[in-house]
Amino acid sequence: MLRTLSRSDWLLMAIFTAIVVTLPWTMQPIGAAYPDLLQKFAIYGIFAIGFNILFGLTGYLSFGHAAFLGVGSYAAVWSFKLLTMNVLPALAFSVLIAGVFAFLIGYVSLRRSGIYFSILTLAFAQMSYNLAYSVLTPITNGETGLQTRAIRQSAEISLRDGDIRIIDQALGIQEFGVPITNLFGMKMSGYPGFYFCAVMLIVCFFVALCISRSNFGMMLKAIKSNQNRLNYTGIHTRPYLIAAFVISGMYAGLAGSLLAITDPIAGAERMQWTASGEVVLMTILGGVGTLVGPVLGAGLIKYAEQKVSSWNEGILNSAFSFLPDGAQAFFVELFSFFVGEGWHLTLGFMFMVIVIFLPGGLMEGFRRIGRAFNRARRSEGGRTTVAANTPAQERG
Amino acid sequence: MSVVELTNSDAAGRGFTSGIPDKVLHIDDVHKSFAGLHALSDVDLDVRQGETHAIIGPNGAGKSTLLNVCVGRIKPDRGAVIFDGDTLTGKSPHEINQLGVARVFQTPEVFLDLTVLENVMVPALSKRDGHFKLNPFSAIAGETSIRNEAEEVIVNVGLKNHVHAVASSLSRGDKRRLELAMGLIQRPKLLLLDEPTAGMARHDTNATIDLLKQIKEGGMTKVIIEHDMHVVFSLADRITVLAGGRIIAQGSPEEIKNNPKVKEAYLGEEQV
Repeated sequence: MLRTLSRSDWLLMAIFTAIVVTLPWTMQPIGAAYPDLLQKFAIYGIFAIGFNILFGLTGYLSFGHAAFLGVGSYAAVWSFKLLTMNVLPALAFSVLIAGVFAFLIGYVSLRRSGIYFSILTLAFAQMSYNLAYSVLTPITNGETGLQTRAIRQSAEISLRDGDIRIIDQALGIQEFGVPITNLFGMKMSGYPGFYFCAVMLIVCFFVALCISRSNFGMMLKAIKSNQNRLNYTGIHTRPYLIAAFVISGMYAGLAGSLLAITDPIAGAERMQWTASGEVVLMTILGGVGTLVGPVLGAGLIKYAEQKVSSWNEGILNSAFSFLPDGAQAFFVELFSFFVGEGWHLTLGFMFMVIVIFLPGGLMEGFRRIGRAFNRARRSEGGRTTVAANTPAQERG
Repeated sequence: MSVVELTNSDAAGRGFTSGIPDKVLHIDDVHKSFAGLHALSDVDLDVRQGETHAIIGPNGAGKSTLLNVCVGRIKPDRGAVIFDGDTLTGKSPHEINQLGVARVFQTPEVFLDLTVLENVMVPALSKRDGHFKLNPFSAIAGETSIRNEAEEVIVNVGLKNHVHAVASSLSRGDKRRLELAMGLIQRPKLLLLDEPTAGMARHDTNATIDLLKQIKEGGMTKVIIEHDMHVVFSLADRITVLAGGRIIAQGSPEEIKNNPKVKEAYLGEEQV
């Protein structure tokens, strides 16, 4: 596979890696260069890349992917509670559990296509969310959420209130205060946490690139294009769809585990339908079926969530201070609906504008700019050529 | 590879025991009705190894229903379709294709978002890898032999200048050529063609006839549904005539031309 990726693919990988690694510097001018937000860029980027493997390649729109995000988080926290605070077993455990869960849901949901498939996935995710809040409380700790604790001193203390961390104890690793996730001793908070997520994002992007350029990827695109025809071509489409669903679910599980790694608490709200809807928005905003688009969409939404939601009337007043008093008050009043708690209004407006004017998302916008730039360059080149071929006396 | 070589390597076929030697397809007493309307009644039909068998009949005669029964799209109420010793009835379309039956659709059914080359590579990979293969790290770019084979078939069907064009950008006639290429690349034991020249200009129709004649010389078994009698009599070794869901005549083109029942029911004196 490595030898058969084209030069442009390797160039894309190199540019993507360089951009991700340099985010702590390049995000400074827009005030986004702090670890918490950068971690979210990377984590939700992984979530969106995985979602795009299903939605972008096969055209099957799942409204229940948050279930796998939640399962990944719970699995990671249980790994911290039972095994070790080292993040690697948590990652493996989360991806595995999310994969099995995705297989079960996918096996049933993929009996249908179109809107029925979407509704089935939504129903499963909502069932998971409600189960996490009710009957599965012994596993999920209900509303409080599941979190890591100090190692319990007595077997009478429940696992929710005291951890055992068998591997850490066997290795004689001492804990002081609140247990912190680590990679062989390196704490997974702050910038080390971001760089760990960034490496995962780059690996996930590479895997998605390989899938997109593979025979398997071509079959997924053929499913999106004409599933019925593919059946008459000798392909059993259901196993392909289940495989894409499971891979996509594993990506979501990985993202969920990274959320738990950077902040070791897992709550049921991660499985709510709004979280499933968010990844749909990320993918459509960025560009469905493109490799980079979903990552851009994830970054844009997480940036808007962090920034626009933190703006208040004071910031708006200073932003419009150059206007006369009456106009300033009007604009502050108007824009106050779109900031703070009203940031979803901004998100909705942004989504509407992009879907109406750029159905292919941000990536289509970039393509259009690129085409316009090329046209302008060609026409300028044409004029230069004409001018060069025109006799001196004609040119005046 | 020439078009002539685009034939089933198992062309000799194993056949199976029956009164007719080397028959590859046996349609046994097939009956199908839709809401009380008999689309097919008591249809018995044998197709011999290597022959081109045309099925003709007026609109609503049941031709397309019969083809759909053969490829698993429609399940018959009664009877069975046996291909090369395997019962096709009850099997799904992908299983039937994997047994060596390819279909060319009446309305072009291609992968509109893929390029012409990818459209032809998909059935080629299906033939090589079976109905499912999880190979997310096997790059298309590394499939040199399949790519070369696909390019040759594309050239043979006359789409040389469209190899990297997206299928949605092709004209209707070119989409039909692409359909044909998708069927041929699999080198099926049996190729079912549903009006392969419908909507084509006379020049394109003649080119398609030439192409199908070349394949015929290679020994691939073909069943053609066609309205254009010029195509039928240019290609068919034997003809079956359907009317009202029943077979009213079977035989060589000469026999069909002179069959009074056929003249009365379908062809008309002046057409023959």
